[in-house]
Amino acid sequence: MKTVLSVDDSASIRQMVKLTLAGAGYQVLEAENGAEGLKTAQASAVNMIVTDLNMPVMDGLSFIREVRKLPAYKGVPILFLTTESDAGVKQEAKAAGATGWITKPFQQEQLLAVVKKVIG
Amino acid sequence: MSAVDPTEIFRQEASELMEQLEQALLDLESQPADRDLVDTAFRALHTIKGSGAMFGFEQVAEFTHGFETAFDQVRKGQASSSPALIAAALQAKDHIRALIERPETANPAIGEAILTALRQAVDTGTGQPAVQHSASTHHDHVSPGEQSWRVRFRLHPDVLVNGTNPLLLLDELRGLGQATVTALTDRLPALEDLDAEACHLGWELMLSTEQPRSAIEDVFMFVSDDTELEIEALSTGTVAPPPVVAQVQAAMAASIPVPEKKAVEAEAPKSAGSLRVQAERLDELMDRVGELVIAQARLSQLAWSGNDINMKSVAEEIERLVSELRDTTMGIRMVPLGQLFGRFRRLIHDLSRDLGKTVELVTSGEETELDKTMIERLADPLVHLIRNSIDHGLEMPDARIAAGKPAAGTIRLTARHSGAEVLVSVSDDGKGLDAARIRAKAEEQGLIAPDAKLTDHELHQLLFAPGFSTAKEISAISGRGVGMDVVKRTIEGLRGTIDIGTRPGRGTEVTLRLPLTLAIIDGLLVRIGQGRYAIPLSAVEECVELSAAKDESSQGRSFLSIRGDLVPFLRLRELLDTGTAPDPYQKVVIVSSGETRVGLVVDQIIGNHQTVIKSLSKLHADIETFSGATILGDGTVALIFDIGHLVEVGQAREERQRNQQKEAA
Amino acid sequence: MSVAGQTTDLEVLTLCLGGEVFAIEASAVREILDPVPVTDVPGARAFVSGVINVRGKIVPLADLRVQFQMALTPPTLDTRIVVLEIELDGDLTIVGILADKVYEVTQIAAAALEEAPRIGMRWRPEFIRFIGKRRDEFIVVPDLNRVLN
Repeated sequence: MKTVLSVDDSASIRQMVKLTLAGAGYQVLEAENGAEGLKTAQASAVNMIVTDLNMPVMDGLSFIREVRKLPAYKGVPILFLTTESDAGVKQEAKAAGATGWITKPFQQEQLLAVVKKVIG
Repeated sequence: MSAVDPTEIFRQEASELMEQLEQALLDLESQPADRDLVDTAFRALHTIKGSGAMFGFEQVAEFTHGFETAFDQVRKGQASSSPALIAAALQAKDHIRALIERPETANPAIGEAILTALRQAVDTGTGQPAVQHSASTHHDHVSPGEQSWRVRFRLHPDVLVNGTNPLLLLDELRGLGQATVTALTDRLPALEDLDAEACHLGWELMLSTEQPRSAIEDVFMFVSDDTELEIEALSTGTVAPPPVVAQVQAAMAASIPVPEKKAVEAEAPKSAGSLRVQAERLDELMDRVGELVIAQARLSQLAWSGNDINMKSVAEEIERLVSELRDTTMGIRMVPLGQLFGRFRRLIHDLSRDLGKTVELVTSGEETELDKTMIERLADPLVHLIRNSIDHGLEMPDARIAAGKPAAGTIRLTARHSGAEVLVSVSDDGKGLDAARIRAKAEEQGLIAPDAKLTDHELHQLLFAPGFSTAKEISAISGRGVGMDVVKRTIEGLRGTIDIGTRPGRGTEVTLRLPLTLAIIDGLLVRIGQGRYAIPLSAVEECVELSAAKDESSQGRSFLSIRGDLVPFLRLRELLDTGTAPDPYQKVVIVSSGETRVGLVVDQIIGNHQTVIKSLSKLHADIETFSGATILGDGTVALIFDIGHLVEVGQAREERQRNQQKEAA
Repeated sequence: MSVAGQTTDLEVLTLCLGGEVFAIEASAVREILDPVPVTDVPGARAFVSGVINVRGKIVPLADLRVQFQMALTPPTLDTRIVVLEIELDGDLTIVGILADKVYEVTQIAAAALEEAPRIGMRWRPEFIRFIGKRRDEFIVVPDLNRVLN
């Protein structure tokens, strides 16, 4: 079973990610911000990360950069969630090491399609 | 594990975010340049907008977007957190709440007016419409039937590290139609120069598909920016679009700056490692534990009435476990009072503006915890007390200066533990209660006789009489029909008591004494006449024997000397009118409420009892002696004494006796 | 003659109180219990002088005979407690009432219901919602909201 780490300060979004991915047979871990996400990533074997960008304590960009520094997370797909108005942020997140993004608001099917796209 | 609807979670989350937002806005008022506060407010807005749109709260998302756009000016340093902005932002926050909680009553015109006020406050002039970045800029033209394409691409060397799997891209392309794939190895370095983590290969595909060009481009959506991509139409018929060479390093739109990485834990959330649980589930859990406690009491009773040693030891084990489970469960329900205090800042902000009084709020003991149900029910009484303090307690600034006090009044909200109670107090440094006016008013309303002798305590209790109000003019603030009597009833409903302390010219302090929890307490089970009753153990100080001789000698005096202190006592047999003869060895249970002690004479002390508190029905609402009832091991009901009330009765008697003695002397 | 406001037949539980037949709307009845230990509530009004434990809930026990000024005979083998769920001042409240005997669930035709006569009654008329007639008996349908207030 593949494990997905959902990092988001919004519990409702985490729940949606979880419902969607768990329904498709993924195991989902949750973290409330980048710092917690980093801890969870180090403590578990994660096959993919879905992270928000705007979070307290450690934001998404820092989180992506930090995760990418971990040897075990080279090559692990990282998707970030963004709103349409964040156009420039996409570039920055990509530069930080993100694999792709999902634009909010999204439907469950869209999320699943993107996840499948990056981890098959 | 059951799946909780994300929409429900969103509602909860939004309400927390709005509290954060409000706190941040209120703090900004005094520290307008605080970057962290601006970020916190912005982040709350951003999440409400993003999650709102996700879960069907379009109106919320749209309005919040406007709010966020205006507030972004502050974040970018192009506008300041002026009082006008804060005022508009607070209104906007209220509007968001309305949109979430009662969308049907929310008036779009109000929303528009608030947004206009916000825009004016940040001085943007016109309200620009939201900038629309269309996510899919591709034009999906109608498929022209099957078409052949040559697709050549070379990915950026870093893509493997960044989690892109080229094989998945190829699979996706193959999924579009018929394809033959050739790897381009021309850039493959010599082995010694090879970076194993980099992507050196390119690929060329011959693809036949009915899908439009945009579908091919979509495959590369995450990598298009740094991929060399050529898509060339091969077959005839349609005009071949020019090859797209995508080596796009899109100029970064001057957009939202990324918030600086904050030194970790600027305001580390207390939620680390925490779990969100719905409140009703906690209530259910508490109910179950309550039932378990009752069943356990029955089990213990059975075990002890038999002779089976093993049975007794199991019963004891279960008793211990249940008691621990009870404590753990109650612990889960404890919530810091700070949550509640935070809500009042807005109230004070609004009141001080409406009344023209400058008010400073000082809080302490925010970390003190109370049962969550209790916290919810405390909100209204505290609002009332704070209103009273500001409206009636604090003087106008000029009067304060004349009295040698600072122009700004201070309202203090404090919470602290005191034994098994939590004390929450609201105090002000205003003019204090006017004893003469309270007395005059009470006489006028016929609550007391004109020549009645009253202690301070009794005088203050008059404030809680229904309909009692000393305000000369009913102001819009305090005079809302909710009186101190309602406050008192609510607090008593929580098994709490209210103390008032006041010093003329110095201020007033109202202290609420509350039990830690509502649901289960340790009780002392006693027998009076034929009936069994429970006394909250937290109120019990000690138990002493009342020998027949002492009882005899104390007739008509009803005082007991406890290590030199005279403590009045109540013969509960008489109070309850049991009509039974006293046991030869009566006991006195000394209980206290606040500073006051009183002895309760009972026939027998049965022992400790985990008491699941159940309220008495409406038909017994008129009874003050008991605060509730509990179910004993044998299934019968025992009533629980209301200690606050008994102490009051004891005190009144004591004073009467003192007065009689004085008169006699 | 039917009473204004009551056009449908009334489904009731009939019971005996002080030798009279009373009827309680069946929809209000939750259960019928054999007598259980009653805990006195000192200071309570005489007609609700005790409480009982009904499946973990503390339920007041009302003796309607007090309100109807009937003789308070000691319980017999036939004595039962009828547990009702009724609306008191807008709140659903669970109340137990003592019955000397419980008879049956039956229908009283709307046409057989009459308002209590203002005069010539042994009881306070406001306590009585209807007087019903069945066969040759009179049945008292009490106004529980008033009786219990």
